[in-house]
Amino acid sequence: MHPALQGLITIIVGVGGCIGYFYFSNQFLDRVLFPASGKHAGRNINRANRIRPWLFLFPALFALGLYLAYPVFATLWLSVTDRNAGGAFIGLGNYRQMLDEPKFWEALGNNMLWLIVVPAFSTGFGLLAAQLTDRISWGNIAKSLIFMPMAISFVGAAVIWKLVYDTRPVNQDQIGVLNAAWLGFDGGPFSVLVLQIVPALVLIVFAAFLAYGVFQMARSLLRGGQSHSATSRLGLVLRAAFAAVAAWVVWLSLGSVVSLLSAKLPYGEPQTWLTIPYWNSFFLMAVLVWIQTGFAMVILSAALRGIPEETIEAAVIDGANPFQIFFRIKVPQISGTIVVVWTTITIVVLKVFDIVFAMTNGQWETQVLANYMYDKLFRANDWGVGSASAMTIMLLVTPILAWNVYNARRETR
Amino acid sequence: MRLSSKKSPLTWAMHISVVVLVALWLFPTVGLFVSSFRTADQIANTGWWNALFTQERQAPAIRISGDESVVDGEFVIAGNLFDSDKVEISKWGTSSRAPNAFVPGDVVDVGDGASLTVAADGGFRLSGPESFGDSRLPRVFTTATAPPEFTLQNYRFVLFDPGNREGMAKAFFNTLTVTIPATIIPIVIAAFAAYALAWMRFPGRALLIAAVVGLLVVPLQLALIPLLRLHNDIGIGKGYLGVWLAHTGFGLPLAIYLLRNYMVGLPRDIIENARVDGATDFQIFVKIILPLSFPALASFAIFQFLWTWNDLLVALVFLIDSTGETTVMTKQIVELLGTRGGNWEILATSAFVSIAVPLVVFFAMQKYLVRGLLAGSVK
Repeated sequence: MHPALQGLITIIVGVGGCIGYFYFSNQFLDRVLFPASGKHAGRNINRANRIRPWLFLFPALFALGLYLAYPVFATLWLSVTDRNAGGAFIGLGNYRQMLDEPKFWEALGNNMLWLIVVPAFSTGFGLLAAQLTDRISWGNIAKSLIFMPMAISFVGAAVIWKLVYDTRPVNQDQIGVLNAAWLGFDGGPFSVLVLQIVPALVLIVFAAFLAYGVFQMARSLLRGGQSHSATSRLGLVLRAAFAAVAAWVVWLSLGSVVSLLSAKLPYGEPQTWLTIPYWNSFFLMAVLVWIQTGFAMVILSAALRGIPEETIEAAVIDGANPFQIFFRIKVPQISGTIVVVWTTITIVVLKVFDIVFAMTNGQWETQVLANYMYDKLFRANDWGVGSASAMTIMLLVTPILAWNVYNARRETR
Repeated sequence: MRLSSKKSPLTWAMHISVVVLVALWLFPTVGLFVSSFRTADQIANTGWWNALFTQERQAPAIRISGDESVVDGEFVIAGNLFDSDKVEISKWGTSSRAPNAFVPGDVVDVGDGASLTVAADGGFRLSGPESFGDSRLPRVFTTATAPPEFTLQNYRFVLFDPGNREGMAKAFFNTLTVTIPATIIPIVIAAFAAYALAWMRFPGRALLIAAVVGLLVVPLQLALIPLLRLHNDIGIGKGYLGVWLAHTGFGLPLAIYLLRNYMVGLPRDIIENARVDGATDFQIFVKIILPLSFPALASFAIFQFLWTWNDLLVALVFLIDSTGETTVMTKQIVELLGTRGGNWEILATSAFVSIAVPLVVFFAMQKYLVRGLLAGSVK
């Protein structure tokens, strides 16, 4: 049968089946099982109304249970069994095998880097774009252009950026933008300024900013540690974790500053960007930042517009300059939204697969967990280790999952 | 905020920063778009940013051809090297060792007493004492400035060439076949569930809502092996049915979450009044809730459409079997990246074919997309 025809039939059967199910099951409930007439009419109506929600929910619950909840446990089970031994229980054997593989540590390390860089830059650029575009007349057009990469598939984006990173031999014209720009630098004072001093300064400012945040957090933790009630203990732990990660990032960026300033850049040679270990991960991350910035911008722009005008006016009257207004008045008021954007992008990063799969397939030390898992499951056919790495991703998602559920519970209560 | 009405330097800085930001974000996509309209030769020789301007470059050798005529006792072949009349030659030559040996107007001896001259507009005149007959005529190397030139040839090849086994036409329809049912079916299922979670009272409702929120972030990586095994066990195997079911399952949490959040905000009075008037829940849902929820339905539909159209992983695992008959566009492009990594004209065109539809949907329905994003994450 032709797939298009099959698709059409599926739509008709699927949609018709759903509507038919809802209609007839309701009819059955009201007419046959508990008819709203006769001796027990009142009792029957109550009974029917008690059952009806589950009629409405059943297909969704069934699909959710089968396609999302069950696999979590099935994967957990697969990760502690050995497929070759007929599915015998082997405890943590798969995990031990996974931990012994250098490729896994490479993937985990890269993932950590992705987890810091991509949400940070996407949110940062998004905030910048939101703030700037909100105040100019053609802001909506600019917004929609920055937002556009959201519609482009990761694979499409991979092709787009592969063209940007393309390399030609030294005696030919470069067709990749990055190499063309790179060959424009000749190693003179201007090159040093643009490629080494400016990025180093940016990194130092960034690190100082973070260090200040860590300092503030540590101080509030030390001072208010005892006085908090039991409900905010989770928040306390989260803050401590956040401070630890931030401190690590500060250390990382200061290290980068040193290596950046001491590096001798190979001027005049076209670079194969995607094969330079360590830095090539950043070229892959740029693709995701490019895609996710629009998302951050849209959400943050809505949040910025929601800020009460009076607070800003008051600040202006008090003589605050635009930068103070932005950092001291606006950003604190949208910090909740910033956290939401950050965590949403974090989830996307944890699942990132297509970009690495299409651009480097994990070669040249660019492996990430999702691609490592795919490698194990479908290339090496090793379900045990593959499931173990899938569980690792799940483990990394769990804090965010718990946080989201906690917030949702608080809101619906 | 219009507190500073006069154009301060800061306002200018703001305009310039936005221009830079937009240019940065647009530049990569424009590069691919422009490249898809250039020939392989153009792409390989110059960066796409040159394509928009008149440029001087060395053209590949052109062998002279044309009908012979006799003028004043000499045998002459004359014509123009180029189809276009906008080309201007700056240098030319007759051998690959010295392609820039002559300037337009030079008369050059090409052996056997024959002489050749090429004018700046590409017009040439080859004359000799004897008939050229079947002998090989000389080749001409030119360095010329040519105006921008674009072609639809790549699209013709990628989409309509029946001899092209790596074409995108079949993959395009396969993607469409995956996408449409995978977008519509979850909406129907989720809408009923969302109504129950928003407007019906029953024990365990809050718990279910929390569960949906939790499932929102479960990585679908976990689902691959168990579900593939399940599909094989119940006889679905790899195919469209499997991929439709998988997309339905994976799309449901977001669908339920978005729709429930929207439905909860609908005015309570309408629903209560309908109840008092004796409408059943089914009637309330179909006649009142569903029409009122159109914006939320549209938001989710766009999300799901973009997600299923752009998806690679689910299609790789649940759809594409070893015959490759059911390949989708994303998979096709990954294949091309492997086999045709250097053929940018094919890669760029194929990628753009797959990007075009989501871009149209994006620009046409951006309003709903933004609304959905806001409802889905800021809550």
